[in-house]
Amino acid sequence: MQRFVLGRRNQITLVSAIVIAAAFVSKLAFKNEVVFEWALLVASILGAVPIAIQAYQALRVKVVSIDVLVTIAVAGAFIIQNFEESAIVTFLFLFGGYLEQRTLNKTRSAIKELTEMAPESALKLMENGEFEEVEVDEVDVGDILLVKTGAKVPVDGTVLTGEGHINEASITGESVPVSKKVDSGVYAGTILENGTIQIIANRVGEDTTFGKIIELVEEAQDSKSEAERFIDRFSKFYTPAVLILAFIVWLITWDVELAITILVLGCPGALVIGVPVSNVAGIGNGARHGVLLKGSEVIQDFSRVHSVVFDKTGTLTIGNPKVADTEFYSDDMETVLGYLASVENESDHPLAKAIVEHIGDTRLYEVENTDVVKGGGIVALVDGHRVAVGNAALMEQENVHLSEKAREDIALFEKKGNSLVLTSVDGELKALMGIRDQIRPGVKSHLQKLKRMGVKNLIVLSGDNQGTVDLVAQELGLTEAHGHMLPEDKSAYIAELQAKGQIVAFVGDGVNDSPSLALADIGIAMGSGTDVAIETSDVVLMNSDFSRLPVALGLTKATARNMLQNIVIAIGVVLVLLTNLFFSSWVTMSVGMLVHEASILVVILNGMRLLRYRLR
Amino acid sequence: MKKAAIQLETLACPSCMQKIDNAVKALDGVEKDSVKVMFNASKVKLDFDEEKVSIENIEKAITSMGYEVIKSQVKAK
Repeated sequence: MQRFVLGRRNQITLVSAIVIAAAFVSKLAFKNEVVFEWALLVASILGAVPIAIQAYQALRVKVVSIDVLVTIAVAGAFIIQNFEESAIVTFLFLFGGYLEQRTLNKTRSAIKELTEMAPESALKLMENGEFEEVEVDEVDVGDILLVKTGAKVPVDGTVLTGEGHINEASITGESVPVSKKVDSGVYAGTILENGTIQIIANRVGEDTTFGKIIELVEEAQDSKSEAERFIDRFSKFYTPAVLILAFIVWLITWDVELAITILVLGCPGALVIGVPVSNVAGIGNGARHGVLLKGSEVIQDFSRVHSVVFDKTGTLTIGNPKVADTEFYSDDMETVLGYLASVENESDHPLAKAIVEHIGDTRLYEVENTDVVKGGGIVALVDGHRVAVGNAALMEQENVHLSEKAREDIALFEKKGNSLVLTSVDGELKALMGIRDQIRPGVKSHLQKLKRMGVKNLIVLSGDNQGTVDLVAQELGLTEAHGHMLPEDKSAYIAELQAKGQIVAFVGDGVNDSPSLALADIGIAMGSGTDVAIETSDVVLMNSDFSRLPVALGLTKATARNMLQNIVIAIGVVLVLLTNLFFSSWVTMSVGMLVHEASILVVILNGMRLLRYRLR
Repeated sequence: MKKAAIQLETLACPSCMQKIDNAVKALDGVEKDSVKVMFNASKVKLDFDEEKVSIENIEKAITSMGYEVIKSQVKAK
């Protein structure tokens, strides 16, 4: 019976609305007061039944809920035979509940869309050599799976055969398809846009990157800040307090109407719902755009951040060295570059790789008598010529004469923070290359955005020498730069800033700086979906995308603002209603209920704005 | 000890949470500190002792409060 009634709340609301409309038609059009009163009585009872059932259920588990307040108020209206009030109040309460559910679903839609991207089935290679469709839960690590065009990758795995393009938006927030071939890693929840691949499962279910993201976001949307826990505790005592207040007012004034109006006005709807609504919409927006925020506390802290501390390598820089400056001392550069590429092809030193990559396709020569000079470079015989590739010390050892111009170039390249690679052919200097770690493209403008949004200090900490760090700081317009820092020095530095009362965010790649990530008020990992990054940090920037950093800051600021607005709206409405109740006459029970329900909808709609937030 | 994640129909009022919280905690065999009612996710997470209380009993306690259970996942802890 109870479930029958509660399951048909919406139908009851509709019927109640029709009966109320009929009542007013009979009164206004046919001047029939008797039908009017009876119809409203019917509507009141219809509307009151589901509310009373909920109130009874709440009381059974010792909770004084809003339903209890409304039920008593409606009972009071019955006693003084004001059926107009009771009918309208119950209808508004039910209809408001319906609208709340609809609009709340909207604010939660971003996160729901994400969880619905979870794969459900997989084509698994069975013992008989055929692929069969199975539930994704039945896939184990090591299983071989077939993924067809348009299908979701069911688990994290490695491509065994085939190739295709995969849309990884669910993991990275970036919807440009990524090319995958044999040995490429693929992620659960991403979509194969073309091609067919077979993969071997490396991680399944909740252990996949996507599984972890969902778990994290789900926990985050319901995590509570200190302020919210306060509101929760407060509302536990608030509703019983309203009940007692109404009772006292009735005892003093013997005015039932006043007492039941207080009950309706006291419903704590907007205050309790306002903050969670902003929270879920803000976190949902982030999750859709490659920013994972781990809850409401993080939003509060990050929105008020004073200093952002960066790790250098892999964070401000790409973390893989490239040729930045070149100077040539020969007319036939094509041959020299061919020799150089041929020699460097023999080596797997990071600088050699950078050079091979820089030169690209060229004619390669046979290399003989390769001799690796420790701490110097390589000397080899190429195409009948003696070729030396290495640093200045190697050139000296090879008796290569350095011209005045070459010496100046070397000094200049070093000043720019380069590692040097010189190339000589038959004892003559032919080429000078400066290699350094590249700053991520666009970092400078992203950092400026942070400054414009009110971040006071942008600080870089690095294990590199002070000169290199200073150069990076200068180029990017950072406020401070500190080199020669071990991981423990970095965390000590952060602790020092915190001791000065600053809120500190640390941005790192999560590999060797987890102490700093953990210690900072906000740990921000540039994770390309690495587990460590996802677990130890408070904010994850998917796909190591630096441009997400200002987006994350802007979003937390907007969300924190939105929460504050909602709290102000909620408290403001109650204050206005209460003062008017005592000092004017327009506040009746149904007006109170109308304003109350309207304020709930206003805070939900306000929260919904966050779903559309974009950083300008 | 088992760990349960129960997906409910969309929760619309925060005072529902308190009701569900109290109803589930009142069951013998449910680890009281583990009960977590998640408003936005519309989920209940809890640890329980399967020898004292079954998942069906926990679901019943929630449905009798007027909230539909969509599905439950039980895992060994």
